[in-house]
Amino acid sequence: MKRRLLAALGFATGVLAGSVVLRRRFGKRRDRVEVYFDDGGMVSYVDGSPEAAPLLDAARDALNAARSSQ
Amino acid sequence: MDAAQALADLTEISSQIEAAVLFDAAGAVEGSTLADEAKAERLAEAASRLLERAGTVRSEDVAVMQVEAALAEGCVFVVRDGDRRIAATTVANPTVGLVFYDLKSCLRDSAGDGDEAEKPKRKRTTKSKDDDGEA
Repeated sequence: MKRRLLAALGFATGVLAGSVVLRRRFGKRRDRVEVYFDDGGMVSYVDGSPEAAPLLDAARDALNAARSSQ
Repeated sequence: MDAAQALADLTEISSQIEAAVLFDAAGAVEGSTLADEAKAERLAEAASRLLERAGTVRSEDVAVMQVEAALAEGCVFVVRDGDRRIAATTVANPTVGLVFYDLKSCLRDSAGDGDEAEKPKRKRTTKSKDDDGEA
């Protein structure tokens, strides 16, 4: 009984570790913005948060402006 | 060193930077790596907007010094030094610390501080495959 429990626990740990590795390696990285202030502070916003939207819009405009063909 | 020379050095030293533009607080372009002036102005305008919006995220009166926006298709960096700014676009997942370092150097060099002879130059680097872009 104890051996079976240990085996199940080991299997569950392996599945969890594997999923973490796979998500880190192949998971889609979300767009994000990091803002650094002169007092040494930094804030980071990921796509989907209300604060990130206006910043990411401006960043996309900048990227498009630099890469546009005309 | 003038803006054009500083920008030429920047693109020579960093293979990750695709385009860069030097501009002032009003958004007026001082120099750019882009051949098309209209594109440089649009990049400066969008970067100004990014910096301005970034300045509203904190309620306290604290100035924004630099911004990094990481998108799937590439990154946008903006660095501010007083009234002068530099914005750059890079490939996706660049070496963030190096890009900021190079942009600050370019901003300082283009201001014509006159200490270029004493400043050590970074050698051209390319990003290794193992580098995950964090600095």
